[in-house]
Amino acid sequence: MAPMPKVHDHVLLTLSCLGFAGVVSGGFMDLAQNRLAKGSAYSLFQAPAFEAAAAMAGLCGLALLSFPRRPKLRSFTTILAAALILWGSCAGAGHFAAFLMQTAPPAARVSLGPAFWILAITAILAIADAVQRGNFGFFARLFIGAAFCAGFFLMAGTGSFDHLSLAREFSNNRGIFATELLHHLGLVGAAVFIALMIGMPLTVLVLRKKAMTGFVFAGLGILQTIPSIALFGVLIAPMTKLSEELPFLRAIGINGTGPAPAVVALTLYSLLPLVRGFYTGFSEVAFEVKDAATAIGFGARQMFIEVELPLALPALLSGMRVVTIQAIGLASVAALIGAGGLGTFIFQGIGQYALDLVLVGAIPVILLALLTNFFFEMLLGLARRKL
Amino acid sequence: MGADRRSLIAALLRLARQPGPWLTVLLLAAMFLMPKAEPLMRWLFPGDPRPVYTRASFFELTLAHAELVAISSLAAAAIGIGVGIFVTRECGREFAAMAGAIAAMAQTFPPVAVLALTIPVLGYGAAPAIAALCLYAIFPIIAATVTGIEAVPATVRDAAMGMGFAPRDVLWRIELPLAFPFILAGLRNAVIINIGTAAIGSAAGALSLGSPIIEGLSASNPAYVLEGASIVALLAMAVDRGFAWLEDFTRPGGPEQPG
Repeated sequence: MAPMPKVHDHVLLTLSCLGFAGVVSGGFMDLAQNRLAKGSAYSLFQAPAFEAAAAMAGLCGLALLSFPRRPKLRSFTTILAAALILWGSCAGAGHFAAFLMQTAPPAARVSLGPAFWILAITAILAIADAVQRGNFGFFARLFIGAAFCAGFFLMAGTGSFDHLSLAREFSNNRGIFATELLHHLGLVGAAVFIALMIGMPLTVLVLRKKAMTGFVFAGLGILQTIPSIALFGVLIAPMTKLSEELPFLRAIGINGTGPAPAVVALTLYSLLPLVRGFYTGFSEVAFEVKDAATAIGFGARQMFIEVELPLALPALLSGMRVVTIQAIGLASVAALIGAGGLGTFIFQGIGQYALDLVLVGAIPVILLALLTNFFFEMLLGLARRKL
Repeated sequence: MGADRRSLIAALLRLARQPGPWLTVLLLAAMFLMPKAEPLMRWLFPGDPRPVYTRASFFELTLAHAELVAISSLAAAAIGIGVGIFVTRECGREFAAMAGAIAAMAQTFPPVAVLALTIPVLGYGAAPAIAALCLYAIFPIIAATVTGIEAVPATVRDAAMGMGFAPRDVLWRIELPLAFPFILAGLRNAVIINIGTAAIGSAAGALSLGSPIIEGLSASNPAYVLEGASIVALLAMAVDRGFAWLEDFTRPGGPEQPG
């Protein structure tokens, strides 16, 4: 009797089990007669055969790939299998939606079900794991990411997803979407910029006067614990009063609700991580290095530009990264006080029970955060390599 | 007698300098005395016919809020610490890279977005809010547990093994106690974020301190917003102080002496 083959990769086996469990347990698509009606679920096995078979083949591939011994081979083929799952479930969903909509009334909606999301998560995790274990370089990672994005946009561009309710919500709001996205970025940009303008002198103060350190950090720490919705809410009343008292503030558009209190709150939240990053960056430049620079005749300005700034750069960038990602998330809460931004779709969707509209807001917010993280990671890599 | 009184006064003064007890007193006062604050609200917001939120008492709201946060955080702690222990064992080592990558990625997700993603899947009300909060809190706790256990010096572990500790004893008597401060810090972070996100959960129908805020915002009633916001802010600050006290209290060598 042949010996039982040995499992070499338990992670892949677990992932494929997750995928199978998702396919068996949940609905792949959900067809509702209108926005408010409760939908009926359709499983992957009822989906168009070709795409469903591709997704299942990818899942089986993942399970089989946990057996071979060579890790490099496993990494490459895992990515291929995951691509098959992703393509199968995305194309399958689009094709299935078009098929279901042929016989359904025009107000009907086809949404993605839990099985779809579980399959997508399985594939993305498999890719992330393969990339990490295969020890791919920066450009290989960039290439893989770009290839998947290109594939997705190609499918979206050729209208594969047009019958999905998510795509319909998106195209219904296409015009507003661009405005709200810009609005969101504007809020984040303004807050980070003002926080930088306040944070830099504050860091200098904290570095010069050690007695202030505890006080400043304690104060900013307390600010950080206040929930965002509470800070937004608390700011409304005083800012309304302020704009009533001072007409010139009202003239430049500063009100109790809207973007002004949002930017104030986001700025306050940004101060702690920013000042902490700057403080660690500059206070960790070793005395020996500064002494050596002074000894070879560096002046104060030259010391700052050529010694302190480059050495503190990684800590500064990490501070900026935390602040920007945090602001992207918090800015979506600001929609509640009428500041606009992508949160508008989230809360509008929740209010109107339009769950796909929620996703039109939530998915771009997550993508923005991930993209920002990737961007700063790249900058950090560059800054560290220079040292 | 005189010395007694003096030490009592000294103790009171020490207490007065700590913000924790003050915040707790303020929180309790705000919770129970808010209905009595009607004249204040009337003065702050003239022309508002009903300036105090009465749909539910603030005590009820705070209790519901605390329940959301406590259930979700406890579940997240159980899962997060469990996963953290698993990936640092011999049998789970293979999963460590993936757990680390997922935890790092998940922590860049905004909490509101996580809340928004659970609504289409699970619907409206308290249960989806608890699921979303739990899901969000798991990842910082996994990260903290792994960091804490990996920070245990190999020499300490070796010494324990040399003394004849079984792997289970190494975990319970060496690794977990040494990792505890890290885990507590991760939990603190998660709980504070959850207090804020639970308030936003009211937008999706969960009863919490966010309910007066959301209602006040949609009905342009700034008094409700102020009432809900001030209590939820006090709650977050008081809980944060509580965790700071706990961190201080469980520090090896006992709490730091003030002054």
